[in-house]
Amino acid sequence: MSDDRRLSAPGELSNAGNIPEASGGVATAMMPAGSLAELAIEHGLRPSAARPPVLAYLRQLWRRRQFIMAFATARNIAMYTEARLGQLWQVLTPLLNAGVYLLIFGVILGLTKGIPDYPAFLVTGVFVFNFTQRAFISTSSVITGSLPLIRALQFPRASLPLAYVMIELQQMLLTMTVLAIILLGLGEPITWYWLLAIPALLLQTIFNVGVGLFVARIGSQVNDFSQLLPFLLRTWMYLSGVLFSIATLLDSHTFGRHAREIVALLQINPAALYITLIRLSMIKSQRLSEPGAKPYNVVKCGLWRHLATTNPKYLYDSAYCHSVANPSHYWYYAVGWAVFAVVVGFFFFWRAEAKYGRG
Amino acid sequence: MADPMVVVDDLHIVYRVYGAGGDRGTAATALLRIMGRKTRGSIREVHAIRGMSFVAYRGDAVGVIGRNGSGKSTLLRAIAGLLPPEEGNVYTTGEASLLGVNAALLDDLTGERNVILGCLAMGMTKQEAKDKYQSIVDFSGVGEFIDLPMKTYSSGMGSRLRFAIAASKSHDVLLVDEALATGDAEFRVKSHARIEELRQEAGTVFLVAHNLEEVEQTCNRVIWMERGQMVMQGEDVIGIIDRYIEASGGAEVIRDPVTRERIGGSRVPAKT
Repeated sequence: MSDDRRLSAPGELSNAGNIPEASGGVATAMMPAGSLAELAIEHGLRPSAARPPVLAYLRQLWRRRQFIMAFATARNIAMYTEARLGQLWQVLTPLLNAGVYLLIFGVILGLTKGIPDYPAFLVTGVFVFNFTQRAFISTSSVITGSLPLIRALQFPRASLPLAYVMIELQQMLLTMTVLAIILLGLGEPITWYWLLAIPALLLQTIFNVGVGLFVARIGSQVNDFSQLLPFLLRTWMYLSGVLFSIATLLDSHTFGRHAREIVALLQINPAALYITLIRLSMIKSQRLSEPGAKPYNVVKCGLWRHLATTNPKYLYDSAYCHSVANPSHYWYYAVGWAVFAVVVGFFFFWRAEAKYGRG
Repeated sequence: MADPMVVVDDLHIVYRVYGAGGDRGTAATALLRIMGRKTRGSIREVHAIRGMSFVAYRGDAVGVIGRNGSGKSTLLRAIAGLLPPEEGNVYTTGEASLLGVNAALLDDLTGERNVILGCLAMGMTKQEAKDKYQSIVDFSGVGEFIDLPMKTYSSGMGSRLRFAIAASKSHDVLLVDEALATGDAEFRVKSHARIEELRQEAGTVFLVAHNLEEVEQTCNRVIWMERGQMVMQGEDVIGIIDRYIEASGGAEVIRDPVTRERIGGSRVPAKT
């Protein structure tokens, strides 16, 4: 174990000559004969830093559920105690966010490209993507940020990324309330479809938990990861149709003859899926204009493609186009992503359970 | 001989420190690193525990002494299973817990919320936390300040509440890291009594303290560490402490006759 990079503990003695030899008679007095490991096992002792088996770990995690929720709530409250407006910022932050995006992409850039009710479309997309984005960013540094806690108390470490996703979920629930109010203000009718946002949000939360667990371990081992993450997330946002409709990419010549496959892939990427599901549930014009919502009609679809950007009369005719990824399969994809993420994330995180305290 | 509660078998603990090197930081060194010419230059390792072995038995109160940075706190964290061993192993019965809940508390929140949060962090259920709430508040003596954010507390009040929360749960193996020297004289007497109680309930207690008198009064065994290694250990608490003081260049301690008689007499474990 000799290595020039390795420091031994500091604390040189001023009078080192007086230290007796470490293996003196006193030291061995307390030592039993034979192997220590055998002695430990013989008396039923267990390694203190061992990783529990999966099921035991899940049980421990379940027993900590109250801590996870209390920790999330406490952090959420503490986050805004310094601000004069306090908890109001939980509502103001998403509102301001939406305002900025509307101003830049809706008003200044006019990126409405054939989308009816662009403000509702944009605000929903921003809010839903923001949930996953914030979960990613906060969990990527959760282990390094909570090192004092990890080095002080014994608990399943997965509690921490879980608690951070719960913090974001609590914020998201408030954001969804704000979203509902904004949509009502924009003239959106309340329908039973709105209830579909609940399972969509639930699936997105499960997905976020899975990704959070995954990202938490990477962030604990690769310190540069949290620096890189914002760029990855921004790219992901632009690819997920937060600001534009992915279907319009079919006409772009960038993707050449693989356009259909690429568009389909973009549509079933998890961020786009959860955004689309919530848009379809909350926004009536989205349900009406969803490609595939009406029987295919080549003429009407062509009118939408070529005229919708200039003439609002044809905005809804995208419903007559072919859907690329089948919308009736969206829910299966959404469930699939959630289950896949949470299973992979959990195992990936659990495998390093005993190592998080090292930092 | 009593049951072993903690077995430490040739333990090595290594901390990895990022960004400690003086040559880090500049873009050129980072580039060299990426090019593979120089690998992981920014990570330095601190070998905090270098091969320790010992056994602690039921009823032991083990004092760990040594200078700052000699690895005492690291040893405790390793026993609690909070730091993974680089080599060797630590075996414990039941749960080994560090008496320290500070890291789970949030200064922006009221004392009341922190009491509940701290209890939950230590693994209690919400109901257990509520049951303990009143006794924790009473013990801490913070009174009506419990409704105020903890950042408004004086440092003494804060540490009293933290101690009260941490000491509200009994453990199989209790690890105390200099928690005794908190608060005023009155609270020290109280906390000392509480530690003694916990020690009776726990199988084994480890105590890290710079206050050697504290170790003499509480412990029946002592481990002296320097630079991550064991210098001496044994039941001759006073003898080892005297040699430690001598090695540190300090003057010999003059103990009052009462203490000398009390600790010099019986060397049996507290719980028999």
